[in-house]
Amino acid sequence: MIEFRNTQVTYPGGLRALKGVTLEVPKGQFVVVVGLSGAGKSTLIRTVNNLVVPSGGEVLVGGQSVTQARSKALRQMRAEIGMIFQTFNLVKRSTVLRNVLSGRLGQVNPYTSLLGIFSKADLALAHDCLHRVGIPEKAFARADALSGGQQQRVGIARALAQQPKVMLADEPVASLDPPTSHAVLSDLKRIAREDGITTLVNLHFIDLARDYADRIIGMRDGLIVFDGAPEAATNEVFEEIYGRPIDKEKDLRGAA
Amino acid sequence: MALPSAVPQLPLLPRLLSWSTWAVIAGLLIISLRETNFRIDDMWGSLVDFVLFFGNFWPPDWQRALPQIWRPLIETLQMAWLGTLFGVLLGTPWLFWSSRNTSPHPVLMWFSRTLMTVMRSIPDLLYAAVLVAILSFGPLPGVVAITIFTLSILAKLGSEYVEAIDPGPIEALKAAGASGTQVIVYGAVPQVAASLLSYIIYIFEVNVRASTVLGFVGAGGIGFLLNRYVALFQYQRIAVLLMVIFVVVIIIDSISAYIRARLT
Repeated sequence: MIEFRNTQVTYPGGLRALKGVTLEVPKGQFVVVVGLSGAGKSTLIRTVNNLVVPSGGEVLVGGQSVTQARSKALRQMRAEIGMIFQTFNLVKRSTVLRNVLSGRLGQVNPYTSLLGIFSKADLALAHDCLHRVGIPEKAFARADALSGGQQQRVGIARALAQQPKVMLADEPVASLDPPTSHAVLSDLKRIAREDGITTLVNLHFIDLARDYADRIIGMRDGLIVFDGAPEAATNEVFEEIYGRPIDKEKDLRGAA
Repeated sequence: MALPSAVPQLPLLPRLLSWSTWAVIAGLLIISLRETNFRIDDMWGSLVDFVLFFGNFWPPDWQRALPQIWRPLIETLQMAWLGTLFGVLLGTPWLFWSSRNTSPHPVLMWFSRTLMTVMRSIPDLLYAAVLVAILSFGPLPGVVAITIFTLSILAKLGSEYVEAIDPGPIEALKAAGASGTQVIVYGAVPQVAASLLSYIIYIFEVNVRASTVLGFVGAGGIGFLLNRYVALFQYQRIAVLLMVIFVVVIIIDSISAYIRARLT
């Protein structure tokens, strides 16, 4: 479903964030990418929807190159790729419903959408997405009136409103407390399973990665240094990925 | 008490810069005073004439002036209102074209910024004077002058607001496949709407004051009447007119302050 072909990213200023990544993620797999900050996790995930443009190699989604796609074709591909963020990235002054509906923008009539008009089907879908993340009663609340965990659920609902084939999550629980982290991740995993969504999640916490991943990818210094089942990702493997002993404070989220 | 032997000092370069700044300010002050023949003793001499001159304003001629004032006063407010409205409608696209994070193309951004800077560099009174020559006397050139002023200043400050917004939602909308216009409407507009509206109300306030003098160059409104009073030495009517302008501006200022306090 997602295919990295020798993907490289060099940022202006010379920082080589990705030094040639080749990786294939089959449909429906829930992949967790681990690594220290600066290892290239965020960059890797952002090449999948071309928010970061590779300086070499390419990325394919569903057999089509995202890297080569331009303007309208790129928007159409992005519309099928949901994304959730560490800081939620909601429009705080807008209502929850409007935030969720904004996930539909790539797929609706561009002219009526500018007037804030959405079809009955789109509205029903948006409410359904809020229902699936467990906050149907918050539809008309302002986004900034919600708790962190609820805001991230709105973020998930917005991505779900795209009816995506692929879901990207960049440190989705880094701003949340341990119980909320587990709740949000198990929601994400349940929904991915139900809809068969191929999911790529960046996580720092070792225990969370082991609990939720179908497959763990370890990154260090812009390269993949581990690729295997969660059972194979022992403490020694993590120490290898992180290049230092495991730090209980920093690397473990703790139980729910 | 024993002081430390070496008192800590600013490094040399910032110290020099700070001294040279003061030197430049002082130098400009002295040159300007000399070039404008500003002399404090002359000022004292004229002060007496000034006070005596004010005697001409008394008593205000309410009976003759008031009936003449209403229509041009309302015309003034209409000019300010229409000019603000047209300026906002025409200026909003330029505002987003001028902003780094919402401009569809760098060339358009550069063009928009340059055009707005050029337009802003010409005072509205000058626009009005030129427009009167083209469109002839009346409120129309005043409305156009205020429109131009509003649109250029809105694009400038508005784009500063837009460039300061949280980039997160913009990234999220792009990631969802939204088009450039959709990103602006759904990501940028809600973030700047309140502060922009507050600023537009402030521009209206400024426009009311500006439109009172536009009549001096023939662009309609109350300035037109004021100009006539001045030409005919009708000081007692000028007194009424000034007081009316004063009251109207105060009222509009307080309404605008009230609304703006509620907005942000």
